[in-house]
Amino acid sequence: METPKGLKYAKTDEWVRVEGEEAVIGISDFAQDQLSDVVYVEVMVSEEDSVSKGDTLATVESVKAAADVILPISGKIIEINEELAETPEVLNTDPYKAGWIVRMTLDDPSELDELMDSDAYEAYNEEREG
Amino acid sequence: MFTPHTSQEVKEMLREIGVQTIEELFAKVPEEHRFPELVLPEGLSEIEINSELNEIASANASTDDFISFLGAGAYDHYIPAAVDMLLRRGEFYTAYTPYQPEISQGTLQAIFEFQSLMAELTGMDVSNASHYDGATAAAEAVNLAYHFFRGRRKKVLLSRSVNPQYREVIRTYMQGQENVVVSGDDENFDIVSNMDAFTERIDENTSIVIVQYPDFFGRIVDYTKLIEKAHTYGALVAFVINPTALGLIKPPGAFDVDIAVGDGQPLGIPISFGGPYLGIFTTKEKYVRKLAGRLVGETVDEDGKRAYVLTLTAREQHIRREKSTSNICTNQGLMALAATIYLSLLGKHGFKQVANLCYQKAHYAAEQISKLNNYELAFPNTPFFHEFVVKTPKPVSEINLHLQNHWILGGYDLSEVYPEYENHMLIAVTEKISRDDIDDFVAALEEVGHD
Repeated sequence: METPKGLKYAKTDEWVRVEGEEAVIGISDFAQDQLSDVVYVEVMVSEEDSVSKGDTLATVESVKAAADVILPISGKIIEINEELAETPEVLNTDPYKAGWIVRMTLDDPSELDELMDSDAYEAYNEEREG
Repeated sequence: MFTPHTSQEVKEMLREIGVQTIEELFAKVPEEHRFPELVLPEGLSEIEINSELNEIASANASTDDFISFLGAGAYDHYIPAAVDMLLRRGEFYTAYTPYQPEISQGTLQAIFEFQSLMAELTGMDVSNASHYDGATAAAEAVNLAYHFFRGRRKKVLLSRSVNPQYREVIRTYMQGQENVVVSGDDENFDIVSNMDAFTERIDENTSIVIVQYPDFFGRIVDYTKLIEKAHTYGALVAFVINPTALGLIKPPGAFDVDIAVGDGQPLGIPISFGGPYLGIFTTKEKYVRKLAGRLVGETVDEDGKRAYVLTLTAREQHIRREKSTSNICTNQGLMALAATIYLSLLGKHGFKQVANLCYQKAHYAAEQISKLNNYELAFPNTPFFHEFVVKTPKPVSEINLHLQNHWILGGYDLSEVYPEYENHMLIAVTEKISRDDIDDFVAALEEVGHD
């Protein structure tokens, strides 16, 4: 299971990569593994939308479940990964790069403090795996 | 009373719950309502009960006894004997919606054929495995649109000439959704005479516009401009269709509508007191993720043989839970099968012939009635399929009572649901009606039309 350093992780298994004033959001390797084969990603926000932490960003459908992707931070949506409509499976194969879901502004950097770093997230996953 | 449990098991269960007797379980029910004494007649033998039930049943009249001009959503078409014969085969008859679906290849294939037929009939991309009836299918169209816009568009526009029962069911389905406003079907706001004003109401807050084709009054209305306007604002358009009419008139797919729904009852399903019927739901591929209900797909198994599977199930509530578009997981399997058998027996040619006979006979009837003194067509300048509205000289209920003496079931009394159409009768004519039947009907109307 990959848990790249430098990213921030939410308890609901989203990752945040800060790039200057902006942030990119996706779901973790752990999350895609739990979901199994992803067949559809429905992004629930539109570009230009102002969104708040806790909003539903997307719904990810796999062959055995449908899961919400929850926004770990607040901001304005800059770009949506349109590729996911055609190739949702990149969430499985490349969750941290090609599988990004949205790029957005980072309005309140202090929200990042509530998220986990890679070590904490790995420990959290081990605990859940039991 | 039969219960499958032994007295030993009952004792164990009671002990587990912590009560002594079954009676104690009902302690919360007010005493006077507890264990009421049922005053029932003595039991009867099989012969006796048969004759009693027959006696009760003979108080009913059916369309076998009467010539029927009653339509308004349910139509008395001829059903080939083979439909019922095949339908009642045990393999189909006992199989409800399959819970371990892939083991029931026959059922899945029948549903797949049904879906293919509905897609072809409507000219739409995709059909689901059916709903309960036309009304619930229409309500699901509103549901789909609501979820497509993620609840952001609050306005649902309904034509007043959509079947009144469908409009009621749509309102029932929508009452739980926040701030959704269903409008457009105000009294006297007839879509044909107010097409521009109705179209004007479409805006960027409109999720879906629902019209009927042919409409509740049988009229074939040109909705081209309305569809254009709706699409300009990104709104969806749904047609409520009559499948029989599509044997003759341009299918909804050709108008670029987003959803076509309707009742499949005319396709080999008897009127039978209003059900069970069959909800048809077809749409564009674009909306397939929002489509409610079951969907069967064709594939190949590991040996390369053709096989059928439930597909796109991640849309459905058992996986998507509260995020699913709809709570519907069942379908009218047996009725969908009836429609499939009916259509395959008639074939393309036969189906067109049925539609054409309905059209011709209805037009003959309309022409004859319009010649009568005191009767006139309510919409003389609008094309219609197999149903039309007649202004009558007396209340329709009165006329219908008279017609019953002639073993004729008259048309639908529109004043029951349309206050603006007092003394207006909606008349349906199917291929079952002969020219003589129509002449008898016209003569009886003439008789009762005089004072």
